[in-house]
Amino acid sequence: MAIEARKPPPQFAARMKRVLGGRSGLSGIAMQLLFAAALVWVGYEIIANARTNLETQRIASGFGFLNNTAGFGVSQALIPYAENDSYLRVFLVGLLNTLAVSAVGVFFATVIGFLIGLGRMSPNWLVARLCGAYVEIIRNLPLLFQILFWYIAVLAALPAPRQSFSFFGVAFLSNRGLVVPKPIPLDGSAPFLIAVLVAIIVAIALRIHARKALFDRGSVVTIWPYVLAVLVGLPVLSIMVFGMPATSEPPVLRGFNFSGGSRVVPEFVALALALSTYTAAFIAEIVRAGVTSVHKGQVEAGGSLGLSRGQTLRLIVVPQALRVILPPLTNQYLNLTKNSSLAVAIGYPDLFSVFAGTSLSQTGQAIEIIAITMGVYLLISLVTSAIMNFYGWRVGRSMSA
Amino acid sequence: MKRSALAASMFMTVLLAAGSAAAQAPKATSTLDVVKNRGMLSCGVSQGLPGFSAPDDKGNWTGIDVDICRAIAAAILNDPTKVRFVPLSAKDRFTSLQSSDIDVLSRNTTWTLSRDTSVGLNFTGITYYDGQGFLVAKAKNVNSALELSNATVCVQTGTTNEQNVADYFKANKMKYEIVAFSSADETLKTYESGRCDVFTSDVSQIVAERTKLAQPDAHAILPEVISKEPLGPLVRHGDDQWFDIVKWTLFAMLNAEELGITQKNVDEMAKSDKPELKRVFGTDGNLGEQLGLTKDWVIRIVKAVGNYGETFDRNVGENSKLKIARGWNKLYTQGGLQYAPPIR
Repeated sequence: MAIEARKPPPQFAARMKRVLGGRSGLSGIAMQLLFAAALVWVGYEIIANARTNLETQRIASGFGFLNNTAGFGVSQALIPYAENDSYLRVFLVGLLNTLAVSAVGVFFATVIGFLIGLGRMSPNWLVARLCGAYVEIIRNLPLLFQILFWYIAVLAALPAPRQSFSFFGVAFLSNRGLVVPKPIPLDGSAPFLIAVLVAIIVAIALRIHARKALFDRGSVVTIWPYVLAVLVGLPVLSIMVFGMPATSEPPVLRGFNFSGGSRVVPEFVALALALSTYTAAFIAEIVRAGVTSVHKGQVEAGGSLGLSRGQTLRLIVVPQALRVILPPLTNQYLNLTKNSSLAVAIGYPDLFSVFAGTSLSQTGQAIEIIAITMGVYLLISLVTSAIMNFYGWRVGRSMSA
Repeated sequence: MKRSALAASMFMTVLLAAGSAAAQAPKATSTLDVVKNRGMLSCGVSQGLPGFSAPDDKGNWTGIDVDICRAIAAAILNDPTKVRFVPLSAKDRFTSLQSSDIDVLSRNTTWTLSRDTSVGLNFTGITYYDGQGFLVAKAKNVNSALELSNATVCVQTGTTNEQNVADYFKANKMKYEIVAFSSADETLKTYESGRCDVFTSDVSQIVAERTKLAQPDAHAILPEVISKEPLGPLVRHGDDQWFDIVKWTLFAMLNAEELGITQKNVDEMAKSDKPELKRVFGTDGNLGEQLGLTKDWVIRIVKAVGNYGETFDRNVGENSKLKIARGWNKLYTQGGLQYAPPIR
């Protein structure tokens, strides 16, 4: 008589029961259904009510306005934009500006934050106190105030276009921003970009190979000469075969301002500076908390293995601290992105300024525009936390490995 | 189990209450009744534009736009001080009126078709005929707006000015860069810092804002006026009586000037036997009551703020710091555009 494996308990049914009613059984299920129905009904009433109110006041509604001509200018657009483009285009321009300043802000906030955070724990008395003072001053002043401060400071320090600082006659710095030559792609640009991409992929593959060799066999493979050769060699090869990837259009002072060239506007600089220095103060504290959370014995163990202080920090302390650092660090990234909406105070054309500001007051369609804007900020935040969660999951996995 | 059921049913009750509250269609309550019950008019004004709406050194709001609000309050509540002034940025002003936060918006706002239709508001009249101009530092040696190619322009966001600039530079095939700020003060400060070559706004506003500069005389207004900017008060769609009251408050001030009624002589004139004056002062007929006001509504308005000409002179004209000429804002009898329908 064969021994039959016992059937697993009906997991699914049990789970459904728990989800729907738990121990309270059928009446619990009924309650939940009623609750859900009530929620849907309240939501429906709110929407229907808003719609009736808009109709009685004859305020335009719907999303048709997105195709209408915006008719106003924007000082910084990462995609081609003209006054006769639609509100949808304005939305994209604003969104890209928000993402640009957030990305730059997140990068510098992380770098400055880590430096200050580690510096605050430095055995050097002066460095530790200076970093401490930075944190206490920056995080205790309102952000809007700091943005205005940087804007006025940046502008006041810079000369008018005619007296601008010249960098070898190629780039110019004035109170209209930093003007640099604008690259204009030539025929060789596509092969060049492909060469760079291939070089990066090869470099990553080499690194994976080296790490595998290290973990599997304990052998140290020197890869940096190959990486360097690929990263430099392939693009150079592409230039030699296909010609230069781009030519540059130098900026020329004409009338009031520079024409031609690419420009970084002072609003962007001031906003990125304010956001990154402000958020860095919080990140510094998070880093300090993370590092402090790593047991002192780990540092001592690193020392007894003969690692230098820097190596101990890099190889032993920071990887372990990251598990504590990552969740609050994600919060700071989200804060930074949302705080970028303060751009409206200094005339940086971010999403909130050009879409939830100018477009809203021109069309009067507050409900639709605010809903879209809220949705977009929510989406940006969710994507950011998803990326950070993925990174956290990887860090956690390598810890437990 | 019993307890959870009880909690759930309580929760349901709360939800139902909330739901029914949300479901109640807004009853068409008249704005006039709301103002009377509150004993206060809620009036949207600017965040501080001298001559139009700005607090003086004692903290009292003054200006042409402010006087319109005071006149409405005087006509309804017989007290020009019963006004709550709500300072609004150009960007927030319409949302505030749409959502009934204020009863009337009197904030140097340009009458346009889209604001009358899709934004869901009604302009009640024109308190000031204006046009858009440019302010440039004299040191830049610019004599005409047509020399502004490649210039950087500072403007307040959410205004018609922003679109007019785009139109003007495009029509004249000139390049420009625009920097838009949410507050008028920030716009001016940035212009002063040298970030922009040009500050643009309605000419009356430029005159007013220029007084805030460190060296007002170092800046000149260019001769070109690039747009029509008829400024006036607005109300929400859907309350015709309220629309009439705000509209006729301004008309009463204009008619008063035309008939020679001033703050000083109003009591004297009220004794007049002339049929036209008797209708205006309510000693004959019930015109004020037809509006939902009292018979003496014009007397109340003129006593509170004076006629249109007096208001103009006091706030932006010859008796003010701004000293703007009446120009288009003269009565039609004197060659201007200000013309009010008759009170009859």
